[in-house]
Amino acid sequence: MDTIFALATAQGRAGVAVIRISGSEAVNAVRVLSGDVPAKRGVRRLRNSDGELLDEALVLRFLAGQSFTGEEVMELHLHGSPAVVSAVLSALGNINALRHAEAGEFTRRALENGRLNLTEVEGLADLIDAETESQRKQAVRVFSGALGALADSWRVKLIRAAALLEATIDFADEEVPVDVGPEVVTLLDDVRREMRHEADGVRIAERLRDGFEVAIIGAPNVGKSTLLNRLAGRDVAITSAVAGTTRDVIEVQMDLDGLPVALLDTAGVRETEDVVEGLGVARAKERAETADCRIHLLLNPLERPEGLGADDLVVQAMADIYPSDGPAVSGKTGAGIDALVAQVSERLQKKVGRIGIAMRERHRVAMLRAIGHLDDASAALGQPDSMTDLIAEDLRSAIRAVDSIVGRVDVEQVLDEIFSSFCIGK
Amino acid sequence: MKHFDYDVIVIGGGHAGAEAAHAAARMGVRVALVTLTKASIGVMSCNPAIGGLGKGHLVREIDALDGVMGRVADRAGIQFRLLNRKKGPAVQGPRAQSDRRIYRQAMQAELELLANLTILEGEAVDLIVTGGRAAGVQMRDGSELTAPGVILTTGTFLRGVIHIGDISKPGGRMGDDPSVRMAERLDSFGLPLGRLKTGTPPRLDGRTIAWDKLEKQPSDTDPVLFSFLSTGTYAPQVDCGITHTNPQTHDIIRENLDRSAMYGGMIDGVGPRYCPSIEDKIVRFAEKQSHQIFLEPEGVNDHTVYPNGISTSLPVDVQEAYVKSIYGLENTTILQPGYAIEYDYVDPRALRMTLELRDVPGLFLAGQINGTTGYEEAAAQGLVAGLNAAAQATGQTPISFSRRESYIGVMIDDLVTRGVSEPYRMFTSRAEFRLSLRADNADQRLTERGHAIGCVGDARWAQFSAKMEQINRAKSELEKMNLSSREIADLGVKLNADGPRRTALEALSLADFQFDHLARLAQNVGDIPQNIQDQVKRDALYAHYIVRQERDIAAMERDENHKIPEDTDYSQIKGLSNEVVARLSKARPESIAHASRLEGITPAALMLIIGATKKHRLATGS
Repeated sequence: MDTIFALATAQGRAGVAVIRISGSEAVNAVRVLSGDVPAKRGVRRLRNSDGELLDEALVLRFLAGQSFTGEEVMELHLHGSPAVVSAVLSALGNINALRHAEAGEFTRRALENGRLNLTEVEGLADLIDAETESQRKQAVRVFSGALGALADSWRVKLIRAAALLEATIDFADEEVPVDVGPEVVTLLDDVRREMRHEADGVRIAERLRDGFEVAIIGAPNVGKSTLLNRLAGRDVAITSAVAGTTRDVIEVQMDLDGLPVALLDTAGVRETEDVVEGLGVARAKERAETADCRIHLLLNPLERPEGLGADDLVVQAMADIYPSDGPAVSGKTGAGIDALVAQVSERLQKKVGRIGIAMRERHRVAMLRAIGHLDDASAALGQPDSMTDLIAEDLRSAIRAVDSIVGRVDVEQVLDEIFSSFCIGK
Repeated sequence: MKHFDYDVIVIGGGHAGAEAAHAAARMGVRVALVTLTKASIGVMSCNPAIGGLGKGHLVREIDALDGVMGRVADRAGIQFRLLNRKKGPAVQGPRAQSDRRIYRQAMQAELELLANLTILEGEAVDLIVTGGRAAGVQMRDGSELTAPGVILTTGTFLRGVIHIGDISKPGGRMGDDPSVRMAERLDSFGLPLGRLKTGTPPRLDGRTIAWDKLEKQPSDTDPVLFSFLSTGTYAPQVDCGITHTNPQTHDIIRENLDRSAMYGGMIDGVGPRYCPSIEDKIVRFAEKQSHQIFLEPEGVNDHTVYPNGISTSLPVDVQEAYVKSIYGLENTTILQPGYAIEYDYVDPRALRMTLELRDVPGLFLAGQINGTTGYEEAAAQGLVAGLNAAAQATGQTPISFSRRESYIGVMIDDLVTRGVSEPYRMFTSRAEFRLSLRADNADQRLTERGHAIGCVGDARWAQFSAKMEQINRAKSELEKMNLSSREIADLGVKLNADGPRRTALEALSLADFQFDHLARLAQNVGDIPQNIQDQVKRDALYAHYIVRQERDIAAMERDENHKIPEDTDYSQIKGLSNEVVARLSKARPESIAHASRLEGITPAALMLIIGATKKHRLATGS
């Protein structure tokens, strides 16, 4: 039985994150990260293969028969930062005998090993369904847009490459091209180059590295800069009583409840004749639109700002001057700041969950495995007398490794490609 | 106990029927084979060849289980070719042109050898069904034959319609009537039926072909046979000829497309994409100026030639015109025009892995009736149906084959799990464990199993046991020999000379390292017989890859062993969506592995099924 691992606690930032590892290799896997393994529990420093310190974790060991799955289980209780979790999952993914768990796999093992009763199964099945659904959504999300188009193009290329190889194998006595090598090499080179680029995390790590953007928007002179200064704890934006003081987007990097956040103070939104201020307004609108969360500062609590998003907050400004029943804040006195921070933080935490670090890490590991197989296939294609059946096998392994990204490639799709490209049938 | 005339009745003497009857008889039960005429047993209605890629694997597997197709094909083989000789043993497929007459006669002789097999001439027009179970057949003359197991292998006879251009007439094969009453009987079971079509080319008079002008394709100089028991060819070897269509041929066909049964809208059935008619090729690949045609002699003493590559449903006059437009065939006469045939098939998802109909116990289906095409696919199903009908008659446990052990298992799993959308043909790409499922090791994979089942005779078992002993002895000798990378590199084999030491067996997994190299280091390896050396080398070549696949195989095995009780009421499993319940109820998967391959079955659904089967087991105490 394979040894599997996954984040067992909810994704996103939390005080503690637990990674569960189940199977015969669980203890060895932890030994790889921590050097030694406690008999029952203990605090250990986890390092990746480069010796980099990942986290100091509480390591718990459960013997076979006494764990959730019934197998030997190790739990790593980490500091709940998404970056730490991601790094540890990545280190585990690089251990050969381990693989990331499929949806519901821990539960299935628990069930098969007699660790669950049927009522529990029924409840858990709902959870797994939800998990599968959320994974699907995450996959769609992560691989939508530019990355999604890329994944589609990988799929088309891999199917084409497989079809070319399989055609020379299964239809050797038909009129199919004999030397498909060059076309297959080109296809595989494209895919592995692009995949490596993705796996290196150029885009994937971006969000957590650069942080979230929270924009403060509102009419001129409503107190945006004062609020920013209060939140940042230092004078960053020039604040004055003259409307239109902030003529550009002012950005402050800060740690908001543990999350990396770029706080944006935008130029007050109003019609203006001043060219410079006009540019500032345009820029402010643009930045505010792409931000992860917007704080709308208003003077009139009954007003509804335009284009209000689901992650937006509406807060009444200048609470020191205008008392309010609803959410209100004063940059000057600090009133309502804590409540506002809590609300912003809650919204961003939700997003962290949705972005799904584990999913992305899992995809990265899958891509690296696929690249390994594609490297083997390309190398063999370049040699005379290489065995086509082995090259085809490497390609199949590569496709299997990335089927969570490109979608499952069925033999029927390979056959479709063959029959539509070549006149098969003597 | 009720008295039956036979234990198993097989209807049809084609490739499925003959193999089914032979398999059941090997199991020791009383078998009746009902056929229109004895002389039609083993008839090759389509092209005169056996084997090929994927198909050759099936023949080897049939042979490994002591079936009859491989031996007969070796007897009748007049041109042997091992396809993909240069591409690695896993994808090499033996193929042979057959002498039709020898094939038929050898098949009939094999069946007549079995004392517990009775061949009955006549037409089985209907089934006898008692208490929902198949119990025998009714013959056209009104007589009845009874048996607890019936295997139906009707080929293209179920409501068969033959099309030649704009002329259509009912027919199961050229010159034979279709089976309509049997089709109505199947209707009465409420089985899901579909319609498929297939085609044949015109048969040519070989005496009117200008062979001298044509390219020749000879037999391999070292023929590779089908049967593990065969040692050499039997019949004289002949060449095939090769010619091509040309733009003129294409013009003739294009101008007459509206007169083709297929393009004139006379045919509704779905044809195979890998075996298109010449009309199809010209329409779908309009840019191609020429298509290859293999001219295959139908026998050593038969002047009929099968032009492989130009099957058609065009009218006779058009067939004559386009044949004469082809190089080398300018003066060729047609002996029998090509035709397309449409026929009913039963959606194979109505079958169990044993090929028994789920809703009609005792009734087994094999061959084209299950939506497949090809002699080899038919014979492999016949074998499985024959073994199971016999096993059922004697109270043995059902015999099913897995995707991880055989192409037979891949095919049957594909059929019962996914159904068919066109006539199903075996390809090596369908087998996910292709590297382990080789034609060369079919005996190593299956003969022992066959012996345990009871379908492998003494002669084969003795031969197999001796071969395995030689292989095992050779392997253990090779494991004792230890070589340094330097020694291997010094022989001219490409590898890192500073690498680790390895056993001789491990060294053989290097593609370039041959027994010849080894013989230079250790003289006693020369004592290992050539065929054993070859097999050890082939096994070693894939050793690394097979280790890599083992995890996947283990996972599949686990899920296959997790059986789902037949009487599972999916609507009673809390938490399954209506859609999933409908799919499961229709497919009735036999195991978790089978269920997981169904469309739309989520991990959560699998979990609930596992939970329910656990509960079932607790409740029934099994």
